Amino acid sequence: MHLEKAIEMKNITKRFGSKVVANRSVSLTLYKGEILSLLGENGSGKTTLMNMLSGIYYPDEGEIFVNEKPVEIKSPKDAFDLGIGMIHQHFKLVDVFTAAENIVLGLEGEKGKLDKGAVAKAVREIADRYGFEIDPNQKVYNMSVSQKQTVEIVKVLYRGANILILDEPTAVLTPQETEKLFTVMRNMRADGKAIIIITHKLHEVLAVSDRVAVLRKGEYIGDVPTAEASQQSLTDMMVGRAVSLNIDRPLAEAQTDRLVVEHLTVKDKEGVKKLDDVSFVAKAGEILGIAGIAGSGQKQLLEAIAGVQRAEPGSSVRYIEPDGSSSKQLVGMDPLSIIKKGVLLSFVPEDRFGMGLVGTMSISHNVMLRSYRRGKTPMLDRKFPKQLSQKIVRDLEVVTPDIDRTPIRRLSGGNVQKVLVGREIEQSPTVLMTAYAVRGLDINTSYTIYNLLTEQKMKGVAVIYVGEDLDVLLELCDRILVLCGGKVSGVVDGRNTTKEEVGLMMTKLGGGN
Amino acid sequence: MEGLLSFLSSFPTLLHSGVVFGTVIMFGALGEILTQKSGNLNLGVPGVMYLGGIAGLAASFLYENVFCPGHGIEPVAWISVALSLVSCFVAAALGSLLYSFLTITLRTNQNVTGLTLTIFGSGVANFFGGSLNKLAGGVGQVSVKVASEAYRAFSFDLVATVDSWTERIGFGLGTLIFSYGFLTYVVLVIAVGLWFFLSKTRYGLSLRAVGENTATADAVGINVTKYKYLATCIGGGISGFGGLYYVMNYIKGTWENSGTIEGLGWLAVALVIFATWKPLRTIWGSYLFGVLYWMFFYVAGLTRSSQEIFKMLPYVVTLFVLIMVSLRKRREDQPPASLGLPYFREDR
Repeated sequence: MHLEKAIEMKNITKRFGSKVVANRSVSLTLYKGEILSLLGENGSGKTTLMNMLSGIYYPDEGEIFVNEKPVEIKSPKDAFDLGIGMIHQHFKLVDVFTAAENIVLGLEGEKGKLDKGAVAKAVREIADRYGFEIDPNQKVYNMSVSQKQTVEIVKVLYRGANILILDEPTAVLTPQETEKLFTVMRNMRADGKAIIIITHKLHEVLAVSDRVAVLRKGEYIGDVPTAEASQQSLTDMMVGRAVSLNIDRPLAEAQTDRLVVEHLTVKDKEGVKKLDDVSFVAKAGEILGIAGIAGSGQKQLLEAIAGVQRAEPGSSVRYIEPDGSSSKQLVGMDPLSIIKKGVLLSFVPEDRFGMGLVGTMSISHNVMLRSYRRGKTPMLDRKFPKQLSQKIVRDLEVVTPDIDRTPIRRLSGGNVQKVLVGREIEQSPTVLMTAYAVRGLDINTSYTIYNLLTEQKMKGVAVIYVGEDLDVLLELCDRILVLCGGKVSGVVDGRNTTKEEVGLMMTKLGGGN
Repeated sequence: MEGLLSFLSSFPTLLHSGVVFGTVIMFGALGEILTQKSGNLNLGVPGVMYLGGIAGLAASFLYENVFCPGHGIEPVAWISVALSLVSCFVAAALGSLLYSFLTITLRTNQNVTGLTLTIFGSGVANFFGGSLNKLAGGVGQVSVKVASEAYRAFSFDLVATVDSWTERIGFGLGTLIFSYGFLTYVVLVIAVGLWFFLSKTRYGLSLRAVGENTATADAVGINVTKYKYLATCIGGGISGFGGLYYVMNYIKGTWENSGTIEGLGWLAVALVIFATWKPLRTIWGSYLFGVLYWMFFYVAGLTRSSQEIFKMLPYVVTLFVLIMVSLRKRREDQPPASLGLPYFREDR
């Protein structure tokens, strides 16, 4: 039944600089009235390919056909004119504008007049037709992530888009919001629109799409009807070889208490308790998983231990020396005093560029951020970070043009994370804390990270792993601490628990109520 | 006590001066708001005002003192005014075009470029100011009588009538409100016009989007470069009128290099912050700044050094506003989010 082609890309090649080839001779077809999943590892060129449809990038080679006519898409405006609308991973909305203002932004309209009432009406019509919930007069900065996404989608529909491209739309949504989005997508498909969804999550690919196209390292591997695909077959296509879905979990011999957290309470700027009387012990030689719905206090927990967040009076975080001789109170200290006390604490924060790395600096300079105090003279020691960077790049297979010139921001997400984790591990920490260490990473890179964490555990490091994927938590961690609304709802043994048990604790405090 | 009394009795005169200085500042600030709404932080406002002032003066001077005597005709007021207005706008816009080319096309640092423009503008203006003086036969000899009088003309009858109405309160409302040249009222029209443009039109919405989130504006097909260039150049042109107003209305059509234009130019930049980027707020803000700027003149018993404390007042209130705004955290009072940032489309 899918006969009419909405988009056809033929032999598209896109290079960045002279070394990086983001897409190599990719050919892709999208039919009207279908949902196509574009699947691929991080850095496989999915977003780049789609950006060439939305006019952000221009292909170096190849042809694009829209509605079976050859076209040149040189700017986002050209894309709009052709009825192509892209919903980016990072929303392109103006925060201080209302939903309606964002939706009409850039449209000419009648003689430049801005009739906010008419716009609001048109927006509501679109919302009713496809099942969105939206308030045209709400300011974007007051919106939740899911509401912002709705504005983005309505924006492209308002512009008359018939071809929608969604770049990892579910990465930021709750399962309920995801389900809502899928319903909307199905409504749009029924309306004859062609949709491309970029995603990592295989079960979503299977749930929503009609056909799956796979990219690997910038090349088009092939496409299969979703009905004939399975998680295993898609994984094989994506990574090119079968990946063992088992995470190795050896048991470390000596487990001693390393961090003793008692009555830890953290309030935010408005005085709301983000962590409420949290107590637990992290042991050397184990991976302690932290599970919980997003925003249950995971961020505050790690930051309070690292000395970045202020803890309320009465909180206690005691660090016990590896030889067991003495303990140190970490509450009330900033990161520098913690280092000076000789506590070897490493922290891989959730926000890679906000707290972990400086995007405009090179790999070796970012590594230097952790080591610049080493030198005995006032001069920077450049040799050591350079050697360390080379080691990280080699050991973790970081793909980068160089280590001392290219801003780290230009690397793909997975490579950036490898550098960050690599740098922290190279500090030979006794406590290693990671927040969403594999978020946005492909399966291969994720496993590299899991192995690194396990290796650290076996060396006698106390590893704290904040994660969102329950399957991984259950396979990777020795114990799992479950947070719910800033409180500990329980600690379970990673080897003897089930997904259902942890899931229940995440939503309700364990033990009834 | 005596000092206070004399201060109060001179209050209407102070307000009057406040309006004159306020107008200079308001021109500068309105132009800068338009510029900053496109995300360009142009610290070249004082330089642009200098350029506008000297170009307007030179045009009138050449017309009144070179062209007309050369052809044996009497200078016509409206032609002299029109020539100075156009030259002022063009020169100020050209200065801003230079800034635009450097910051938008070549992506230089906006702060450095703006400061350079200020130094450049004041240098160029004082160089040509000196040349005009030389042409006219000595320092302070430049005079564009015809144009300056036309700039300062107002209806005596109207002022007298309104003054007589308000005689009873001992306060010449007519003098306070109606005794200024036409540019004093034009700036109010520009303020309201700019407000309307920014908040009621699609072009204004697009411009604000460019300044808030350039990548977003680009992604919806707004021609970012065009908006930035136009806003910066037109904004510069508007700022330039501030310099022209000072030259024609306050120092009555001559040239001095006392650095007053530069001082007022910086106040214009401060006023943009004070008004939290809202054109209508610049109206009362500029008059307040004008009064504060000139207050030292009316406070008895000030020495040269204690004067400076009073001259500081506009900046103190600006600091106060900055503190208040940051405490209140209203998103609508914040500067355009992309202010000062260069934009690269292919940057990831």
